[in-house]
Parts: sequence; structure tokens; C-alpha cells
Amino acid sequence: MTSVAERAQEIVSNYKGKEGVLIHVLQDIQGEFGYLPEEAVRVVSEELGISLAEIYGVASFYSRFYFVPRGKTIVRVCRGTACHVRGSGRVLGKLEEGLGLKSGETSPDLKFTLETVNCVGCCALAPVVVVNEKPQTVLNPDKVIATLKRSGNGGQD
Amino acid sequence: MVARISSRMMLEVLYKDLAARRAGAGCVVKVCMGNGCLAAGAEDVFHAFSLEVDRQGVEAKVIPTGCQGYCQGAPIVTIEPRSLFLNKVMAFDVAKVVDIVVKRGGELIQHFYRNPDTGTICRYAGEMPFFQHQVKIALRNLGQINPMDIEDYISIGGYLALSRALTEMTPEEVIAEVKKSGLRGRGGAGFPTGVKWESARRVKGDRKFVICNGDEGDPGAFMDASLMEGDPHAVIEGMIICAYAVGDCREGYIYVREEYPLAVKRLGIALEQAREYGFLGRNILGTGFDFDIQLKKGAGAFVCGESTTLMISIEGKRPSPRVTPPRSVEQGLWGLPTCLNNVETFANIPAIVLNGGEWYAQYGTETSKGTKAFCITGKVKNTGLIEVPMGMTLRRVVYDVGGGILEDGKFKAVQTGGPSGGCIPETHVETPVDFESLTRLGSMMGSGGMVVVDEKNCMVEFARFFLSFTQQESCGKCPPCRIGTYEMLQILDRIVAGQGQEGDIERLEELGRMIKKTSLCGLGQSAPNPVLSTICYFRAEYEAHIRNRGCPARACTTLGAYVIGPDCILCGLCRHSCPYGAVIERRDGFFIENALCKRCGTCLAVCPTGCIRVEPELQEEAVNT
Repeated sequence: MTSVAERAQEIVSNYKGKEGVLIHVLQDIQGEFGYLPEEAVRVVSEELGISLAEIYGVASFYSRFYFVPRGKTIVRVCRGTACHVRGSGRVLGKLEEGLGLKSGETSPDLKFTLETVNCVGCCALAPVVVVNEKPQTVLNPDKVIATLKRSGNGGQD
Repeated sequence: MVARISSRMMLEVLYKDLAARRAGAGCVVKVCMGNGCLAAGAEDVFHAFSLEVDRQGVEAKVIPTGCQGYCQGAPIVTIEPRSLFLNKVMAFDVAKVVDIVVKRGGELIQHFYRNPDTGTICRYAGEMPFFQHQVKIALRNLGQINPMDIEDYISIGGYLALSRALTEMTPEEVIAEVKKSGLRGRGGAGFPTGVKWESARRVKGDRKFVICNGDEGDPGAFMDASLMEGDPHAVIEGMIICAYAVGDCREGYIYVREEYPLAVKRLGIALEQAREYGFLGRNILGTGFDFDIQLKKGAGAFVCGESTTLMISIEGKRPSPRVTPPRSVEQGLWGLPTCLNNVETFANIPAIVLNGGEWYAQYGTETSKGTKAFCITGKVKNTGLIEVPMGMTLRRVVYDVGGGILEDGKFKAVQTGGPSGGCIPETHVETPVDFESLTRLGSMMGSGGMVVVDEKNCMVEFARFFLSFTQQESCGKCPPCRIGTYEMLQILDRIVAGQGQEGDIERLEELGRMIKKTSLCGLGQSAPNPVLSTICYFRAEYEAHIRNRGCPARACTTLGAYVIGPDCILCGLCRHSCPYGAVIERRDGFFIENALCKRCGTCLAVCPTGCIRVEPELQEEAVNT
């Protein structure tokens, strides 16, 4: 057995015998690997007795489950209403240009993932960009790109 | 470590002890750690205060609090016991603040709010017009306590409502009190809470559930997030009281959005503490009542905020709404009776139980009682989290609390209810904010987002933005929503791109009405609202896009003609960057050749003075497409 499968086994064993745990298990697996590796999903399917089709049916419904590896730094541009009204479309465009990625893409060297999010609840400080779970107000997208590129790890000054 | 509280007596002794300690606490530095302030760097400020207080040897306690409301001034710090309300305290200001304000008892005028109308300085939150018009009930503890410390919550009377309900009141009396308060569901639909609880109680069954809906998906709304982060115990207390009132209920769930990691974390801590102190688990306060709550994290699907879908999501299945009836109070989670309420509804409950339903009902209007939390955002001066009595007019919310429009722009509309709501134009600004009035105008209360829009925002584009959101989030189960919203979006995309046709507006109206009537769940039934309400109040803007190929707000850059204004500084950047060679240099300056221009917006982005404008192509007739 490979290490991925072993680790997945460990995660599932915490939940065995409880009701409605599929999403929790998948979230934990994603927390461990950053995405849902097929090997791990197979283990979940066997252990919980849920068919692969059903698991993928659930997982693909949600926008926060990923099936491919993701970047080390995850940049999420908030596209909520308040951010939209204050120009988040332009921020997204600038970041796409600066990082050379389209929204939803990961750079080939697995450094950055750029994506959008519907609202992170910082509406009062719109427009907002979340870098690795840490929201920040964006006044100048160029500066964000510069810090991201410089540090490559979190993008905070 | 305090032992499990096993009786009402014990709780009251602890409360008296903690309250006395709180009253004599001396200097307390309350650093707002709401989502907004964290984005502005509140975490660094908090650490800086902790270090600085030690370094300067000052007797002061530094605590994090939930959202203090005035997000515009983030990061916010309140210094007790003088209650000084400081704005924009960055980490590098901390040494100075500790030295002057905390140690020497002075003031720092630059951190106080200055009333822009009168020029007076407001030292305390209560002096600011932003706070003067508010009544805080649901948000009562935000900014007062450390959300990660249950003792702080108990010290201001937390869990006293629970002990009162469990020891003095029968479940029927609790329900009667909630009914008397007139509290209606704060999630948007406004179903009377007491009536819901009563029908959940009446349903037979020996296993019932209480669910707290914290899947606040509406973009532009963050009051539930702020409550879960800033006062998680109030929500938990409300849920326990609900479980007691409903009867035969030993399990509860809180479903939180994945996008709120902080709420998940703080609720987790709060649940752990509540268990440790004996407010959750077996034999709560020695009354023989058992109840526990599990935390469920969503995974990024807007439709999960719909109650039937949320329950299916908790069950771990692929979520899509189901037909009601049977209503979820009869057949909810795993087919068993379930009472689901919103975060804010639960947060109101302890206050209602303690102070009585009549006290709560004194606020608000005839049909909408009490207060409502809103997030006022967009183009207003004071953005933030507010709570006002129902029935306050929109004008007062936007101008008195919100402080008016940013950069003194012209107020155009206010969008309420998120993607399910609509836009209310300036002409209806005297409308009272309550469930019925907003619905009558084609909008809705929703969960409480209020996005203010000024004349620089294009309403067609705004409607398209919402529809693209609901279209993306449609679960795909019923055709009206799946196909209908897609069709509407196609038409709107066309209009915004300058390819609108005569009859498009009528088609949108017809589709919208049909989707509203035939969709399965609330998402589809309300998805056309933003489009229909903007057509209703801003029809001329739609017509301008279609007939004149122009955007009156000059926000849509893919239609109209690009013109260089007289304020051009002749830098030539636009000519350099234009990929189509449409900018032509002439003796008297630069000029954009309309026939070559593809409206890509490159020149708009590079122009340092913003002198390139997008004008409607008035001369062109709309019909010849």
C-alpha cells in the first residue's frame, strides 16, 4: 500500500460508523493533500461502502473540492457584490495578467493558484484578495503581484 | 479550570463573581478581530499591544473582540474603562497609544472619528452618528467580549437565559414568549420563528433536530459571519433554548460556509468550552435535559443555504433541493422533524427570553418586529456592520448611518437581499425597511446585505453580475432555473457587449416571470429579481444599451465609442499600447479611430489621467443588427 492510501485509511478510520461523514472525510483528505487524489478517494469508497460515482457526484458538486494538485500560494480574488461594485473585476484582470494565469488555473511549477471566491465577508474593505486564507484590501493590484512574486510564500509584506 | 456547572445556583454564583471581576478589571484594550479588521492587519495590532503593554509595564488586559461594527475605520481599538474608540490603529501606532492613552491617560486626537458635517471629534462610539441611530440586540455582545472566552460571555449575563428557560419556564412558555416577540426568521424569508417552533414541537417523534443555518452565501453580507466569530456563545445558547422548546431534541448542527474559516475555528472553541462548562452534553444544569451540537463545514455551494438542500448536504449526499411540502419541521434531516433557523435568529433568542417578548416587540413595525442587522457596503462613507430597528427608512440607513455617498457622488440605488433581492432606486428612498415594504418593491430583506450603488455603476451590468452568480450556483435539478437563467444571462451578455436587440427587454421580463413561477426552490424563484427590478426602475438604461449602443454610467467598456477628452496630457501611452493601432497621432493631439477600435479597454487601463471616455454611439440605429 502506498503512503497516500495509508494516510487516507487513517483519516477514514476516525469517522467509521457515523452518519453523514462523507464531506468531512473528503475535507480532511483535501486538508492533508491539498486536493483529492484518486488513490485516496478509492480508499474512501471501499471503507465507507459508497460507490466511486456517488463520491465524485458529491465532490464535483462543490466548488471547493479539487481533483488536481494546487499551487503553494493560493490567491483568491473576491467577486462578491461589494467587491464588484468597487472594481474587483479590474483587480482580477490585473492579477491574471501579472501572474500569467487565468482564474481557476495553477502555474505549472505549482507556485500559484489563482481563483475567485464569491464573498469572504470583508465587504466593508472591498475590493479584497485572499492570499492563503488571509484576506487583505487591495488598493494597488500591481503591488500585490510584486509581493507575491518576491516572497512566493504568502504574499504578505 | 472550573468544574461542570451542574445547577442554576452554581451558574448564578459564577456570574456574580465574574461580573464583579469584570467591573473592577481596570484598563482593558479591546482589539477588534472581526473579519474586516483582520484584513486591515488587526492580528499584528493585537500582538503589538500584548508586547507593548508588557514592555512598558502597564497594568492592562489586551483582549480580542468580535466585529465592533465600524469597519471603515479598521483596525478598531476600544480602550476601557474610558471607552475611547480609536480608528485606524496600525501596529506601528501601538507604542504611542500604549504610552499616551493607556499609561498617561491622555488622548490621541488623530485616531478619533471626526464628524465630517460638524467637524467635531467623537471620542466615544456613542457620539458617532454611525452608532447613534442603531439599536443593538442580536449584535449586543460584539465588541464587548472575547469570543474565545466563555467566562467573558457569562460575565455579561450569558447562559442566564438558558438557565431561566430550563428552570422557570415550560417549553410552551418559551414558545409563547418567542411568539409574543414577533421575531421572524432572519435568513430572508421572514417566517415567524415562534410559529415554526410550535409546529416543530407539535410533530410527533422521539428524535428531532435543531439546525443553525450559517451558510451565509449572499455576497455582500457578513453579519452571520460576524456573529459566529464575535459572539458564538449567543448562537449556541439560542440553539439550546430552541432544542428545549421543541422537545425530544438531543442533537443539533451548525452548518457553516467553508469561506469562513475563522467562524469555524471560533465556533469550535466555543462548543468545546460550552461542553466543558456543562451547557452542552448530558443533564444540562442538572435539569435532566440532554443536548449536543456538531459543527458541519460546507464546501462552497450557494444552494446549500436553502434549507432542504442544507439538510441533504449534512447527510453527506449530493445536495439539491427537494419539493416542499412536507416541510422540514415534519420531515427534515434524515426524514425526521427538524427545526432550522438562521444564525441571527438564534442570537436574538437569549435576549428575548431574558427581557421578554414584549420588550423585543417595542422595536420595529406592526408586522416586522424588533431589529435587523445589515451590512452596509458599496459606495457609502461608513461601511460596516449595523443593526437598526425595523421600519427605519432607507434614506436614514444610507445617509444617517452610512454617512452618505462616497466622494459625494450621486445616490443611485441600494441593492438589498443579495442575488435574490433587487435594486431600490432613489425615488423609493423613503421606503421603510421591513419585510413587506421591500417585497412590494420587487426586492427582499434577504439575509441583510445592503450594497449602495452610485451613478458610476451600470445597472445592466450589475444585474448581469448577479445573474451570472445565480446561474453558476444553480444546482441543475429543475429546468426553469438551469436553462432559464442561462438564457437570461445570454441576453444580458449580449446587451452589455453592445449587441442587444429590440425585444430583448420583453424577453427578459417574460423569462424572469416564468422562472419565478416554476422553479423548485428559493434560488430559482428569486434569481430573476435583480434583473426584473432593474428593468422596472432603470428601463432607460437597458434601452440606452440596446438603442444607443452606450452605457449611461460609462461603466461598460465593450460598447460605445472611445473618445480622448481635452484633459489629455499627450503622453502617448495609449498609442503605444493599442494592439489595433486605433490611436492616431495628429498635429493637435491624439485621436481614436472608431472604425479600428475593438473596445478592448487597453488604453483605459494605461491612461494616467483617465481622460479616455466611453461615449454612447448616438448616431447608430439599434434595429439594423
